[in-house]
Amino acid sequence: MKEKFTVALAGNPNSGKTTVFNALTGARQHVANYPGVTVEIKEGRRKYKNRQINVVDLPGTYSLSAYSTDELVARNYIIGRHPDVVVQVVDASNLERNLYLATHLMEMNVPLVLAFNMSDIAERRGLKFDLEALSALLEVPIVRTVGSRGEGTGNLIEAIIKTADSPPRTRTHTIRYGAEIEREIEGIEKLLDSDHELVTRYGHRWPAVKLLERDSEIITRLQKPGLTEAIESAAARIKSLLGEEPEMIIADRRYGFISGACQETVKTTVQSRHEVSDKIDAVLTNHIVGLPIFFALMYLVFQLAFSLGAFPMQWLEGFFAWTQAAVAGLWPAGSPSQLKALLTDGVISGVGGVVVFLPNILLLFFAIAVLEDSGYMARAAFIMDRIMHKIGLHGKSFIPMVIGFGCSVPAIMATRILENRRNRITTILVIPLMSCGARFTIYMLIIPAFFPKPWWAPMLVLIYLIGIVLAVISARLLRSTLLKGETMPFVMELPPYRMPTLKSVCLHMWQRGWMYLKKAGTIILAISIILWAAANYPKAPSEKLSDLTEARARSAQLQHSAVGRLGKTLEPVLKPLGFDWKIGTALIGATAAKEVFISQMAIIYAVGTGEQQSEALRKKIKAEYTPLTGFCVMVFCLISLPCVATLVITAKETGSWLWAAFQAAGLTSMAYVITLAVYQIGTLLQTL
Amino acid sequence: MSQMQRLSQIPPGKKVRLEYVDAGFGLKSRLASMGLVPRIEILVVSSGRPGPIVVSVKDTRLVLGRGMADKIMVSYETVSPQ
Repeated sequence: MKEKFTVALAGNPNSGKTTVFNALTGARQHVANYPGVTVEIKEGRRKYKNRQINVVDLPGTYSLSAYSTDELVARNYIIGRHPDVVVQVVDASNLERNLYLATHLMEMNVPLVLAFNMSDIAERRGLKFDLEALSALLEVPIVRTVGSRGEGTGNLIEAIIKTADSPPRTRTHTIRYGAEIEREIEGIEKLLDSDHELVTRYGHRWPAVKLLERDSEIITRLQKPGLTEAIESAAARIKSLLGEEPEMIIADRRYGFISGACQETVKTTVQSRHEVSDKIDAVLTNHIVGLPIFFALMYLVFQLAFSLGAFPMQWLEGFFAWTQAAVAGLWPAGSPSQLKALLTDGVISGVGGVVVFLPNILLLFFAIAVLEDSGYMARAAFIMDRIMHKIGLHGKSFIPMVIGFGCSVPAIMATRILENRRNRITTILVIPLMSCGARFTIYMLIIPAFFPKPWWAPMLVLIYLIGIVLAVISARLLRSTLLKGETMPFVMELPPYRMPTLKSVCLHMWQRGWMYLKKAGTIILAISIILWAAANYPKAPSEKLSDLTEARARSAQLQHSAVGRLGKTLEPVLKPLGFDWKIGTALIGATAAKEVFISQMAIIYAVGTGEQQSEALRKKIKAEYTPLTGFCVMVFCLISLPCVATLVITAKETGSWLWAAFQAAGLTSMAYVITLAVYQIGTLLQTL
Repeated sequence: MSQMQRLSQIPPGKKVRLEYVDAGFGLKSRLASMGLVPRIEILVVSSGRPGPIVVSVKDTRLVLGRGMADKIMVSYETVSPQ
């Protein structure tokens, strides 16, 4: 009896697997990194009567083939890590399709438990299951669960433990594929090396079936001379005898097996689970009204995020200001201590500037989670597909792009739902053009400084629109040149609409928000410190500073430092864009995180810290610059160099620093050229 | 034997039988795992012209892009009870 063991959760997308995972692990979960795997896997823990259970949430898959990365990751986890038990979460209201995955797991002969989830929905539709009989037919324990309410979790854990404690059994019934296919399977079994690890673990049959299904990964693993030819001739024989390829016949027979098992054990009534959803869809996906409804919903989402978020944001600003003062208070007033300066100006300012946006980001993710969990996002993806298709992207691409309006980091991670690599890279490259929350802060500094109140909303919309248009054009360009390729055929499941539970929405929201915080805690912290050093050294000689106010002294120091000098050197390059060295210096800081632009400007203009900072800064820039320059700054920030965190994630998700470099260079040059054009044309128009 | 047509040509409300999918076996396997196997009955729920097509297969709703639906060959042959 093992004290600690591992359970892997498998299941179809939309089966409520994540809800079951949450019910099993509560808040005790985190995202784990597995070497050689680009998809991150969620892990959690559960203690039960002094046994410790490690739960791993595998990606949602329809099958366990080599067709998509998700399926490979799930399968390789099972093969590579040998979890003690595999639980498949089954959507009981869509049983037969869900059991397709189960047949694969059964064939691997892994210790399996089925969780019949969404049982409440199934029962409401009049489905009656004879779980005992079905369990006997499939030779797998079945537990009834309602993940969203946490029902059945106790029974599930007990079934898991019972299975983990039982000795490995071999099945008495295997799925038979018909005489012709069975003959070929036997033939291939004879060719396998009996001492290969896949054979010793899983027997001869499973690898042979996979080979006959022409599973590319299994073929590679078991590769030996003569194998490929044997498989091809077997497939050719099947094709001539039965008129179809072996994969199709095997798939068909799996469904046949499932159908047979269900016919005896499942009673259904006529009511379809899609009735209500259909009525809703008639409106929401209607040709004429669907798209406008979608845009209206998106607008609502942003309104919510930014207006509701304003209050907690102010509170956070106050909190950080207080912290700054408290830390500074640890030293005697006026102390020249470098450590004090590092902490207050470097760390607290830098990190605080990012964390202050957490409420907005969380609200945005909350709204997105509601849309996803309710099933609306699937509809939105298909409404947007036509448009996305025109620019060479998949309808699903647009979901990460929407997330990009909050923060690029989780948005880029969300591109994992795209199967086609070129689609995915293109989407990743253009996501920074979706104005993220950080850029929003820059817009909110500049717009009120230069434009009258009635212009604020339209200006904001204009800037966001420019970003979107540029993203579309860039995507189009990339897909017709560098990343040319066929778009994946669009096929997606439309789950019935569901009432999202507060618990799962909050968990989703928190998971993404956490990525944003992590970025603040790690990368931005590091860069803030580096930037602080570059802005404070070399030190201006004290004589120069002695008779200046503290704020002015800081300004002078900044000009004297490495960053300031770099800014001055870059000035001639930036002049044609309407920028001066001060903006240049702030932009250098913005490479760490866009928000830093504001704090740098505040320092340069010697606006001191405190609540009135934004207003004071706005007055200063209004005095120094023209609205045109203000607009150009926004355009430049919109397009240019994504923040360091984004670059790091891009490199990680694409697997290569070259793409990140390309993204950085591409966006910066685009920013330069476009801002140049805008400024020059703008000045020209002004003189007319 | 009923005439073979593309799924994209079938009007909403009609039930058809899947005959075969004109695509590589990777894609065919993927469709099979989602429920689209030969001889399965498909109900066309909505058919945006232009635009994606929504079909019902057993208890599942699937959205298919036009290009995808073009590759799925169906007929009006009724599904024989088993």
